[in-house]
Amino acid sequence: MGQTIIEKIFSRHVGKKVSANEIVLAKIDFCLGQDGTSGIVIDSFKKMGAEKVFNPRQMAVIIDHSSPSPNEGVSRIHKKIRDFSLEQKINFYDIGQGVCHQIVPERGYVVPGDLVIGADSHTCTYGALNIAATGMGSTDVAACAATGQNWFKVPATIKFICQGKLPLGVYSKDLILYLIGQIGADGATYLSCEYTGQAIDALSIESRFTIANMAIEMGAKFGIMNGDQKTLAWVKKHSSRKFKFVQADQDAVYSKALEFNISQLTPQIAKPHQVDNVCPLSEVAGTPIAQGYIGTCTNGRLEDFAEAGKILRGRKIKKGVRLIIAPASNWILKEAMKKGYINILLEAGATLVTPGCGPCVGTHNGVPADGENVISTANRNFKGRMGNINAFIYLGSPATVAAAVIEGKIADPRKYLK
Amino acid sequence: MLLTGKARKFSQEDDINTDYIISGRYKFKIQDPQELATHVMEDLDPNFFQRRQDGDFLVAGRNFGCGSSREQAPQAIKYAKINAVMAKSFARIFYRNAFNIGLPLIECDTDQIRENDELSVDLAKGVVANITQNKNLAIKPLPQVMLTLLADGGLVEHIRKHQGFALEEKSNIKNQISK
Ligand code: SF4
Repeated sequence: MGQTIIEKIFSRHVGKKVSANEIVLAKIDFCLGQDGTSGIVIDSFKKMGAEKVFNPRQMAVIIDHSSPSPNEGVSRIHKKIRDFSLEQKINFYDIGQGVCHQIVPERGYVVPGDLVIGADSHTCTYGALNIAATGMGSTDVAACAATGQNWFKVPATIKFICQGKLPLGVYSKDLILYLIGQIGADGATYLSCEYTGQAIDALSIESRFTIANMAIEMGAKFGIMNGDQKTLAWVKKHSSRKFKFVQADQDAVYSKALEFNISQLTPQIAKPHQVDNVCPLSEVAGTPIAQGYIGTCTNGRLEDFAEAGKILRGRKIKKGVRLIIAPASNWILKEAMKKGYINILLEAGATLVTPGCGPCVGTHNGVPADGENVISTANRNFKGRMGNINAFIYLGSPATVAAAVIEGKIADPRKYLK
Repeated sequence: MLLTGKARKFSQEDDINTDYIISGRYKFKIQDPQELATHVMEDLDPNFFQRRQDGDFLVAGRNFGCGSSREQAPQAIKYAKINAVMAKSFARIFYRNAFNIGLPLIECDTDQIRENDELSVDLAKGVVANITQNKNLAIKPLPQVMLTLLADGGLVEHIRKHQGFALEEKSNIKNQISK
């Protein structure tokens, strides 16, 4: 019987052939934590009686969620994380370096075929590089830090076959929002999602990250793609590690295969307060917007600022509306400056904040007021997500956010791109 | 292990996410789980901590615990002295986290449970009794891994006790804690 990508990756890490639904103990290539979760990683690690991280080169801790620290409680946690990281000599990224899910692939820690766990739910992002990566809790990451492994139930796989070509002004963000709307917030619970088809092949690696990143919003354990020439070039540019792509067998068994033709797709919006509350943008066009946010591990990459820049070049954000931008890493910030994107956005009236999570999770800057609508490129719009339970978060592509802050209301970005 | 207590339900049943269980506003600055517990479910039900009692069961619909990987979510529930969470289904990261910290989760048809119903749960036997309504509910039996973790008192204790993993797993890997 053939195997899916995930079954193959697990087989490699277990040391024998395994298939869906088996419970296995597997070796892990890399693990990570961020500032909201690493405090407990450290506590659990010590309580387990562990003294040394199994291999310091295979672990990273990134301070990104509330950075720089907004208060003394957070500072205390940051200090604890900093001290532990330096003492254990693990890879450590202090404030301002970027979001964990940008840093880890960008610095070449992970390569195709790896099995990775992170104390952050969006660890599935690296699936775009043909990597089995998944989010777990802090104690699970501590167990990996202590032993270099963890237990898993090998998931069954849903295959998404995306045919056709994305039209102008419609992006991978619109595609993934559409898919989440179709299958629901628990449509892939405990499963691995394999994304295939011409439409995926045509995407840049950055756009693929956006799709893999949001697999968790359908409850999935992994969101994974095949490797191709683009993946090869991208990984070689960022990493010196050796690797081999993992491909599904022709006769692999899937729990479901869903086929979509996306040539007619239009910009999509997730409405408050559920990520699967998705509709075509046209249904909510005209909804007033007080704040826009472009950034996060979903859409804070170079091409996202390029797209927003195409729309905002020579234009101004509407008076009374604000736009916050947070590049997903320090490297992206520098590149975006070199290419002039940041300048375009600042000229338009944007506020640039520290590379990292920015206002995504409501822990420091950019908290909206009661009753305000926010449009964001993030991956979650839960009530209270940005720090105020009385605000309303809409999710869309960077182009959609750019169009909205020009007009002060949700607007179709395509009219600015003709 | 026999647990008894009252059912606590919420206005929203499905897709109760970890942001609702414990908001990011608190989890980033409060390290004391006891203090975190006073904010449990606050964004969904601001008076929840006041109205709950020791030994209550949280009762919800589908996909309980979806969203972030924060372990503070099951921690906050456990430290609010909730016996267990019952739902039609759970999100996977939350599911692991709960057993890792020793909070039992029970999958059953929660439409059969009303607010304030008196419940009793026998985890080992896999029986949930709704005492108020005088009926038994079928529950999905727990996988052996989960029972082992619960019996050891969570993942930290499990690793500590066995100096590594000692689950009934399939593996050719040698496993040991690193010292
Ligand atoms: S950017 Fe948002 S979703 Fe991504 S890791 Fe940070 S807080 Fe989480």
